[in-house]
Amino acid sequence: MPDSKAAPPQKLEISLWRKLTNHLATAFAVSTVVIVLAPLVAIFAYLVIKGVGSLNLAFLTQTPKPPGEIGGGMANAIAGSVLILTIGSLLGVPLGIGAGIYLAEFGQNRFGNAVRFVSDVLNGVPSIVIGIVAYAIVVLRQKHFSALAGGTALAIMMIPTITRTTEEMLLLVPNTLREAAYGLGVPRWRTTLSIVLRTATSGVITGVMLAFARVAGETAPLLFTAFGNQFWNWRLDQPTAALPLQIFTYAISPYDDWHRQAWAGALVLIILIVSAVAAVRYVVRRGTLGGVA
Amino acid sequence: MGVGIQVEKLNAWYGRTQALHDINLKVQANHATALIGPSGCGKSTFIRCLNRMHETTPEARVEGTIKIGDYDAYQGTSATQLRRRIGMVFQKPNPFPTMSIYDNVAAGLKLNGYRDKKHLDEVVEKSLASSALWDEVKDSIHKKSGASLSGGQQQRLCIARALAVEPEVLLMDEPCSALDPISTGKIEELIFELKAQYTIVIVTHNMQQAARVAEYTGFFLLGRMIEYDKTEKIFTNPSDKRTEDYITGRFG
Repeated sequence: MPDSKAAPPQKLEISLWRKLTNHLATAFAVSTVVIVLAPLVAIFAYLVIKGVGSLNLAFLTQTPKPPGEIGGGMANAIAGSVLILTIGSLLGVPLGIGAGIYLAEFGQNRFGNAVRFVSDVLNGVPSIVIGIVAYAIVVLRQKHFSALAGGTALAIMMIPTITRTTEEMLLLVPNTLREAAYGLGVPRWRTTLSIVLRTATSGVITGVMLAFARVAGETAPLLFTAFGNQFWNWRLDQPTAALPLQIFTYAISPYDDWHRQAWAGALVLIILIVSAVAAVRYVVRRGTLGGVA
Repeated sequence: MGVGIQVEKLNAWYGRTQALHDINLKVQANHATALIGPSGCGKSTFIRCLNRMHETTPEARVEGTIKIGDYDAYQGTSATQLRRRIGMVFQKPNPFPTMSIYDNVAAGLKLNGYRDKKHLDEVVEKSLASSALWDEVKDSIHKKSGASLSGGQQQRLCIARALAVEPEVLLMDEPCSALDPISTGKIEELIFELKAQYTIVIVTHNMQQAARVAEYTGFFLLGRMIEYDKTEKIFTNPSDKRTEDYITGRFG
């Protein structure tokens, strides 16, 4: 082919242009990532700078000192947050996943559409309003502010996110897998749990962690549910301290020492959330075969 | 051992569209029966009626009688019970992606509550051996996921999975359409060996394949079964003009 010798220069020119656009596109993509990540890194760095100085053993093991006294810590608030988040997750995760399973596997009807709509609306309800609801249904009945009321408020906030992500993730599981299980004589409920939910596990967990991380930092729904507490409390029906509440109280106080402690509290809160998410991911990954899912 | 299948006046619908019209058919036990016909002619719908997979489609409906051996598939049996006696292999290999090779094969038993580890081990080995996959995977049945195998291996894994529940009938819905010729050859050899123990119904687009593996062949067109006879007769001397047109490639 005599022509083939003439061709290369032209090809080179095209590939130069392509290289250029290719690099431009990559640069654009990378810069968007940087822009998106910058605030996160900045927030975390700022928290470390402001908070790490007040982070000491006393902060992690002691309860708050009376106003004006230096020292003390947020140990009861850390424990309270863990308690309230545990209650919230125990209530919210099963309900959310259950509703998600219903919507994906059985909800192709009017009732399902109604549930979807309500769930989306609930997702947009301001968190303070959800606090009022929890106040009305738990606090007024118990006649106490309590960890249970705080947990209920957080659970209500978690449910719509978990429901919708669970539904989306289950719908991504190909129908051929459901048919494969039916073909083996596996009943439908078993197929849903052991095949469909199992296959979608990592996606469902992502939704749960999203919801968890979102409510872990919520202050408004706890204001008149968990209420806060300056002392240790392990009872579910008593006012309970929570990190976001404690940070809020300290941040608006007139004391410099409390301001410093508020920064440390915010740092601890972020570390708690990140490590909870990382721990769950690690456990789930170890549970799935060779990281397939 | 395989059992025969007797189908009488089978009609099937998707919503208002009728997909099958008055199908009558007798499938011989321990033989392979091939169903051929152009796309959309109802052959897949037909075999999905045999194990009541058709009714999992929303708004799908069936009328008529199907007898598997001497029990009725639709009366007095639940779909789940029926499917435990009828294995199915699908068009595209569909191993469970989160399960190891071992768990894939054992899935039918395990998910139905069977737990005896020793017996499971035996069944898994036997099934993988009958689907000619054991030698290729025996060292990694616990380590590797079913999805990590090649396409042809995956399909043989799916056959092993179907065999593990010890069915009497094996339905195959275009089992080779996603495979290369070498894997196809292996599966065809397999069908030949499995006939001794199972009744096989295979849907195929590949007429040579029907001729190679099946003793009986049914020709479907527009939801009706046009002709059903010994494979040899269908391919050498069909009695219906439309069958002849199809197998000689004049339409379809």
